[in-house]
Amino acid sequence: MKKTKPLFLALAGACLLMAQYSCKPKNAGNAVSGDAASKTYVPPGKYDELYNFVSGGFSGQMSVYGIPSGRLLRVIPVFSVDPQSGYGYSEETKPMLNTSHGFIPWDDLHHVEMSLTDGVADGRWVFGNGNNTPRVARLDLKTFRTAEILELPNSAGNHSSPFATENTEYIVAGTRFSVPMDNSNGDVPINTYRQNFRGTVSFIKVDPTSGNMSVGFQLRTPGVNFDLSHSGKGKSHDWFFFSTYNIEQANTLLEVNASQRDKDFIMAVNWKKAEELVQQGKGKKESVKYAHNIYDEKTHSATSKIENEVTVLDVKDFPGLVYFIPCPKSPHGCDVDPTGEYIVGSGKLAALLPVFSFDKIQKAIADKDFIGDYDGIPVIRYEAALYGEVQKPGLGPLHTEFDGKGNAVTTFFVSSEIVKWNVKDLKIIDRQPTYYSPGHLCIPGGDTKKPYGKYVIVYNKITKDRYLPTGPELNQSAQLFDITGDKMQLLLDFPTIGEPHYAQAVPADLIKDKSLRLFDVNANANPYVAKGEGETKVVRNGKRVDVYITSIRSHFTPDNIEGIKMGDEVYWHVTNLEQDWDVPHGFAIKGALTAELLVMPGETQTLKWSPEKPGIYPFYCTDFCSALHQEMQGYVRVSPAGSNVPLTFSTGTNMPKDTVSITPAGK
Amino acid sequence: MKRIFVIAIITLGIAACGNNQSGNEPNGTAGSGSTQEPSNNGNPSYDPNRGEGKFTKVDVSPTLDAAMAVAGEKVYSVKCAACHKLTDERLVGPGWKDVTKRHTAEWIMNFTTNTDEMLSKDPKAQAMLEICLVRMPNQNLSDQDARDVYEFMRKNDGVK
Repeated sequence: MKKTKPLFLALAGACLLMAQYSCKPKNAGNAVSGDAASKTYVPPGKYDELYNFVSGGFSGQMSVYGIPSGRLLRVIPVFSVDPQSGYGYSEETKPMLNTSHGFIPWDDLHHVEMSLTDGVADGRWVFGNGNNTPRVARLDLKTFRTAEILELPNSAGNHSSPFATENTEYIVAGTRFSVPMDNSNGDVPINTYRQNFRGTVSFIKVDPTSGNMSVGFQLRTPGVNFDLSHSGKGKSHDWFFFSTYNIEQANTLLEVNASQRDKDFIMAVNWKKAEELVQQGKGKKESVKYAHNIYDEKTHSATSKIENEVTVLDVKDFPGLVYFIPCPKSPHGCDVDPTGEYIVGSGKLAALLPVFSFDKIQKAIADKDFIGDYDGIPVIRYEAALYGEVQKPGLGPLHTEFDGKGNAVTTFFVSSEIVKWNVKDLKIIDRQPTYYSPGHLCIPGGDTKKPYGKYVIVYNKITKDRYLPTGPELNQSAQLFDITGDKMQLLLDFPTIGEPHYAQAVPADLIKDKSLRLFDVNANANPYVAKGEGETKVVRNGKRVDVYITSIRSHFTPDNIEGIKMGDEVYWHVTNLEQDWDVPHGFAIKGALTAELLVMPGETQTLKWSPEKPGIYPFYCTDFCSALHQEMQGYVRVSPAGSNVPLTFSTGTNMPKDTVSITPAGK
Repeated sequence: MKRIFVIAIITLGIAACGNNQSGNEPNGTAGSGSTQEPSNNGNPSYDPNRGEGKFTKVDVSPTLDAAMAVAGEKVYSVKCAACHKLTDERLVGPGWKDVTKRHTAEWIMNFTTNTDEMLSKDPKAQAMLEICLVRMPNQNLSDQDARDVYEFMRKNDGVK
């Protein structure tokens, strides 16, 4: 008996653990209660209550859903080319994807952040980060288009981004990988990480009127991995909090080697102080190269400029700028409650959830309650910064959002559940299974000062058996819960594009009435616009041929073009003359090695085309525009290089040489 | 008696889960489930030494079957070695040294072939998950693969 006792206790203990963590029903049959359907039903023709902007992850795009219906409203191309619209293929949009490395047709869009005014989403812009080739994009919510993309120097894997300060003074961008700096010799042995690799956190200034971004300053930090971040609020307005991992500074098998220490850090940055230091000229200007791309709605064209300089503050040189707060086991989410007092760090490998207190952090700083320093940065004593810990919350905590009623909801990846807990008393209120392994979650406004705490949308990493099987590759899933009561109620799940990381949601009223319906053709300042069919023309300049072509239901002008020769580069400048909502025209030409153009009313877009051999090439409108859409087509004749076919173009006048008629029967 | 008690706790644990939607479970701990009726999902015949799966009795010879161990090593190098070392050092999952002394052949072969269910049910698997925090993926081992791998584990543990 003596011998078996420890085993018995171990088993009993394990059973208790199991009871807490194994709650993973085999199917959802018992997970949805009766009124769920009515809570998500939006009748045909009616609008959803909320817009939900969801990252497309490795699709590189951002999707827009209606909540509570879960209907996909739109996929907005951001970092990846989009052959459907011609984004990244048209001459006007190609500069958007330019970088210091050249044109890049793809990235990995992880996090989504709405622009904020006084700590609340203002519905003007939504930002997304490029996680591979480090960039931040700004999308305009009047047009639902990507308006600007800014590359980041001295960065690799812009993961800790694009989170905003309370008035969108700055968008942050912390590097996931520490690397040698751009203007140093990067040709160093990988295992000289400690000597040669550094971290950076960029503060991107956002112009309050135009929204235009610029790197305000960059903090140089010890070589750790930055994971996620959130700005302070209210009393913590001047501060920004970043989760870090790999303070071990491992450069191989991080799965094991970056999990050695009991605690990593949350980095607290006094960004107001950094701003003052930069204003005082304390920053060091360094020579680097990074692309800055802006789309101009008036010219319907993007420009890409290579910037050459960044202002750097090395944090170890400025006492009082940055502090490290120990946080258990590789923290992922770093989330600040609506009051700005509580900072929740989610240690992926921790069996508890620490909640830090802004007031206590300030006191610890004032009292110099440090346990030492890490590469010259003071490390605050854990207990001195800690408000309290949520005990046994679940396995694998990742992200937390707030419901505005004093509660938080946290996702648990390993135990596949969401847990609602009270921020003040740290007691667990409810836990519900998710299907399966949730990553981020979104309570509308749940990371702002004023959460709209009616729903939580959970983004799952594993879908498995949730939908009809579609081979090895499955869409990931979002799940909508009602969180108005103490018990969270699963209402709906729906598939997503790419991999949904973070998301934001706002009441529809904030955006829907400002949404643009068309572009005023008279205000079109594209240098290649044809304002009316009278301005259409085909102009040869050496080997370059510019076709100023218009589309309107249901013909192109011109639709017969001859005199194109082999070796020509033909630029099709398509102006859509329509001035009504939802009448785009497409343009596609046989053999084009690019894509189509989808041209909005009043807009001009350009497709470059170099014919491969002589012959007749048809072109047509791809978007069913009228009953005579199938008639919306044209021909272009391509002749050998030395040909003397004259350059001609027309619509409706190049009549057939021979007529055709039906031969009467019996002849 | 001991065994009945353990089973009771397991049943309570499952009952706590099964009742997640029913409305009166304040904090999701096992204790709070004690007022619930036991769920049908509870498996009163669950044997933590055997685990859950198709293997009820594995014939193991006192000496090593070298051919099976060689076949098992091949499976190991493709499907297991990325996460399990042959020493006692944990990589992603636990090291394999002495694994055949910690678990029965039936438990190991059930775990390697019925991984998901074992992770949801078995106390020892659960306890290990809390340490490793990565659910072992189902690597789709055939019955023979599982037996071969077990023999390779025995070889690793010094069986001649």
